[in-house]
Order: sequence, then C-alpha cells, then structure tokens
Amino acid sequence: MADEAPEYEYDLWLYIAGQTPKSLLAIANLRRICDQYLHNRYRVRVIDLHHEPERAISDNILAIPTLVRKLPPPIRKIVGDLSNTERVLVGLDLTPRRHTGS
Amino acid sequence: MELPAAITNLPKAPTGIRGLDDITGGGLPRGRPTLICGGPGCGKTLLAFETLARGAALYGEPGLFVSFEESPADLRMNVANLAIDVADLEQRGLLLLEQISLDQGEVAEVGEYDLEGLFIRLGLLIDRIGAQRIVLDTIETLFSAFGNQSILRGELQRLFRWLRQRGLTAIITAERSGQGLSRFGIEEFVADCVILLDYRITEHVLTRYARIVKYRGSPHGVNEYPFTIGPHGITMLPITSFTLRYPVSAERISSGFPDLDQLLDGGGYYRGSTILVSGPTGSGKTSLGASFVAAACARGEPAIFFAFEESADQIVRNLRSIGLDLQQWRDRGLLQIISSRPSLAGLETHLITLLEAVEQSGARVVVIDPITGFHTISRPVDITTMLFRLFDGLKSLGVTTLATSLTNAGADPAQSEVNISSLVDTWIVLRNHETNGERNRSLLVLKSRGMRHSNQVRELVMDAQGLRLVEIYAAGETVLVGAARIAEQERLRHEQELHEREAIQRQRRYALQQRLLALQIEALQAELAALDDEMNAEADLSEARARAQIQSRLATSRYRESTQEGSDGR
Repeated sequence: MADEAPEYEYDLWLYIAGQTPKSLLAIANLRRICDQYLHNRYRVRVIDLHHEPERAISDNILAIPTLVRKLPPPIRKIVGDLSNTERVLVGLDLTPRRHTGS
Repeated sequence: MELPAAITNLPKAPTGIRGLDDITGGGLPRGRPTLICGGPGCGKTLLAFETLARGAALYGEPGLFVSFEESPADLRMNVANLAIDVADLEQRGLLLLEQISLDQGEVAEVGEYDLEGLFIRLGLLIDRIGAQRIVLDTIETLFSAFGNQSILRGELQRLFRWLRQRGLTAIITAERSGQGLSRFGIEEFVADCVILLDYRITEHVLTRYARIVKYRGSPHGVNEYPFTIGPHGITMLPITSFTLRYPVSAERISSGFPDLDQLLDGGGYYRGSTILVSGPTGSGKTSLGASFVAAACARGEPAIFFAFEESADQIVRNLRSIGLDLQQWRDRGLLQIISSRPSLAGLETHLITLLEAVEQSGARVVVIDPITGFHTISRPVDITTMLFRLFDGLKSLGVTTLATSLTNAGADPAQSEVNISSLVDTWIVLRNHETNGERNRSLLVLKSRGMRHSNQVRELVMDAQGLRLVEIYAAGETVLVGAARIAEQERLRHEQELHEREAIQRQRRYALQQRLLALQIEALQAELAALDDEMNAEADLSEARARAQIQSRLATSRYRESTQEGSDGR
C-alpha cells in the first residue's frame, strides 16, 4: 500500500452504478454514519461502475451498492442501501461497545 | 424420429453434441436462454461447456463461460480430455473462461440492492470476445451467496430478459432438488427450453438420461434419452432419433475370406456397414470375425475384436488352426482383442466401454463376438435397445462392424434375430449339418443391402489352409455336405472322365476315317490319271491309223493314174 501510514483509520469504498435512488440513499446513509461514528478517522471513496466498469471485475463486485471496508483489515463487505444504521455498524465491526468514539 | 429444422422457423444453435442436436431438431433456441437442470454429478457443466466449446470450434461462435464455482484452471483440467483444443480456442478469442467468485457468508446485507455489478461484468466479458453463446454455471450459487430471495428472483428475471435482448444463446445450469426442476423455481423464467439431466443406478450400473422438458415453438423428442460421458465428452445415442443420415460409403472391403467376397458380388462388405453372422456353436462365427479383423490389419487399419466368450490368448491360439496369425497384428499394435465377461458389467457400461475403446483406438473394423452373450445379464428388449445404440454409434463413426450371434441348434436363425435384423446390412447365416455320422458347416448370405449377392448355400470348409467355400450338391431335396458331397463329387468326376474318354475315342475314329477317305481319294485320282493316259494313247493310235489310211489311199490312186496313162499312149 502507501509508503506512509495513512492519516485515516477507516478506508471505505462505496461502489455504485449511476445516480440511482438506491445509490444516492447509500451515499447519504454512509456519510451520516461516518460523521456520527468516525469523525475524522475515515476516508470514503465512491466508485461509479458506469464510469469504471472494469472495477466490477477487478474488485469482484456483483451487488450494487456495495460498501467495502478496506481498512482496517480484514476486508468487510456490506451490500444494500445501508438504511439500517445498527446493522451497518455491526457489518463494519463498529459496534459502540467495542469502538467508542474518541 | 426425424425432426427436420425446416418444419420450425425457430432459429437453432447446434450444440455439436452427437444425438442432442437430433432430439432437439437442430440445437438449442438461438438467441434465447436454455435451462439445464439436474442433480449434482449429472453432467450439467460438461453439457454446457461442450455446447459452448463446440459452438466456437465448429460454428465459429465465440462463447463465454461464467462459472460461479470452478476456477478456469479447474475447468480446463476437467475438460482436458475432450477432443477440443481449449487453449487454442482461448488464444483465438473464441472462448473465454471466467470465474465469478462469491464471498459466501462474509457479506452483510443492509437494505435494498440489485445485481447491477454482475450485469456490468457480464457485459464487459461479452464485449471482450463478441460472445454469441454464454453459460452461467450454476445459477443456484448466486442464491446461496445472497440472502434476499425476492431481490434475487427479480434480478434473475431481469438477467434473462437482458440475455434475450442481447440475442445471446444462453445456457443456465441449475441444481435440481426435490419435486421441482430447480431448487428456486428458475424454470419459470426460462420458458424457451428446459433440459433435465438425470442418472439412475440399477444393478450397480449407472445410466445417464436426458429429457427435454419443454421447448417452446419447436417439436422435440419427448423420451428419456440415455447418454454417456466418455473420454470425448457427451455421447447421446437416441434410438428413437434414428435419423439414418450416416455418411454412406460405396467402398468395399474384403471379408478376409476370398470365397465369401466372391459371394458378395465379388467385393466384400461395404465400409461402414453392419454385418451379422449368426449360427449355432462351432459353426465358424469366430473364424469369420477373426478373418475380417485380420484382413483389416493387413490393410493397415486398426481393428478391435471384442470377445465375450473366450480370452484373447485363447482366440489367438484357436485361430492358428485355420492358418490365421492374429498375434502379429497385436504385436504391431493394429489389433486389440478386448476380452470380458458379459456379467462383469451392466449393459450401459459395456456400451460405453465398447464405444470408448473404438473411439480411442480409431478402429475401422470392429468385431463383437458374440452379442448374444448379453442375454445372461439383461432382458432382450434392453439388449435390443443397447444394440441399436451401439450399431448406430459405430456406424456414425464410420466403423464397419461384424457381430456374431449364437443361435440355438434347433431354431431357425432367420427367425431368431428378427428384432435386430433391420439394423443389419449384411446377414450371414451359418448352419451345422449332421448326416452320415458327421457334422459339416454351410454358409448362406441371407441378405446384403445394396449389392447383388449369391443366394446359394455353400459348404464352409475350415482347415489349416484357412476358410474355403465349396459349391454344394443337392440330391433331390437334400443338400449334400461332407462325405456325401465328396461321394457325389467322385461320382460326377467318374462320369466326366467317362465322357472325356469316349470323346477322345470318337476323335480318333474320325481321324482314322478321314485318313482312309484321303487315301481313297488318292487311289481314285491315280486311276483317273491312268484312264487319262489310256485315252490319250488311244487317240494317238487312231490318228496314226487315219494317217496310214490316207497314205495308202494316196498310193492306190497314184498307181491307178500311172496305169491309165500307159493305155492312153498306144
């Protein structure tokens, strides 16, 4: 990966395919969750497969939207519009019990 | 059952799999999805792969294989022994193998989603090689990777619509379980063509079956068709799709028995035909079969002798007694003698073994000795079905097959093989004759399609010099063979000799008479000449006499004149 340690703890990639309601909803939900639980410790990257279709193959994406937690390891995947905050936190291993905000 | 493609205007994509294109009337629906369902190990993946690879190799239609389970490396290994050069097709951009791996159990699902990523990926892969055919193997794996069944069903429906819109000839494989055709009722989405694969084990023998459950807009075979998975892939030999469209050869090949070739319009069997030799024990069936394979090997053609009664070495030894050396052809690798007991395996296994061995060796001539051996392990109707498929399969390979059939001593061989006689092109009947305390053999060509063959019964003589056919002697109603024939021959020879001697004597007499007459002619001619001489002498004499008369008359008159003068002068 990068030579220097990144200044963020969480690297989150969100795959969408065009500005569909599901995609927009997922983006909004992710921003809200990050703001609330990760403050400045994260980076979110939105990848639109309509612009970068090859990424569907290289990153092995089938469902849209898919959220991939690249950092910290291990890699975790969540598919769906992220409309249930509680389950997103579980999926990202971000349960308040273990990861209290700093 | 023949299903000419002409009676349906539905465009078909041929699978290139022998038999399958027959029962589907030309192949799968072109530009539409086909569902192939069956339990694990039914051959779904292979059938799908073969259709794709043969479509690429034979018809130049690029194919995309998407596996949700196997890696391309595994897939390549599984199909390595098919007679298809997968690597070459891949290199030429006619075949693309792709794995879409599903992260099972690791994915959390939160809220609504769709499978747009899958569509994008398929679209990219399709465009990469311009695929006209696509396989998705197996679709159930998607169901196991995602939890929301209603989303998946909706997305699959969309997928089939999408495949159809893109005009792809698609094969989707599905697991079968329980009552339905597929576990998740996918057949509802794929209305065009559904093929069900199955296998059953009876008496420890596995038989595979394929059935076309539905084929919209096209007539199709409705039965369960047995198929085999051999070294060269799927072989379906549907008895009822007997289309009789073999490459027909006018080439004649020797039976290895010159006298028999003579009976068969002077040329022997037709290449690619099926020959049945039936007769009771010890009537010479094996010898006829062995002569045929030996003749093939002598021409340099590989041959296989399937022995169901004797061991290979036993056959080699026994045939030395009629001057046939089979060992030399075994040593040169041209002849295989494959010996097995019929009871060792089931019919289907025998069928597969036979066809596989023939395909692998590239044999041009095959002998099966005898086909009646199967009666110990199966019902006659099953044997007939198996033989239909066997002969059909061998014929389509262009192999000339000679099968022997053991008939009961009392039974009329022309009656006992009625069930398979329609399959047989040339039928030779051997009989034993027991008369005058000895047993002799006779041979009759009962039928031989497409040639003028002798209708005469001949005596079959076997000795160290080989096989010979001897013209048979009929005394009234009875056929004379063996000693009786020899006695009759002797009698006829005597008669002939007598005739010849008489003729020679007559000739001599004629010659003598001729000479006698010539001598007589000579004598008469001499007589004639003598007569001529006499006549000439006679003529000379009378001339001389006449001349003398004239002289004397002249002298008289001269005397008279002188006396007349003297008296006048006084």
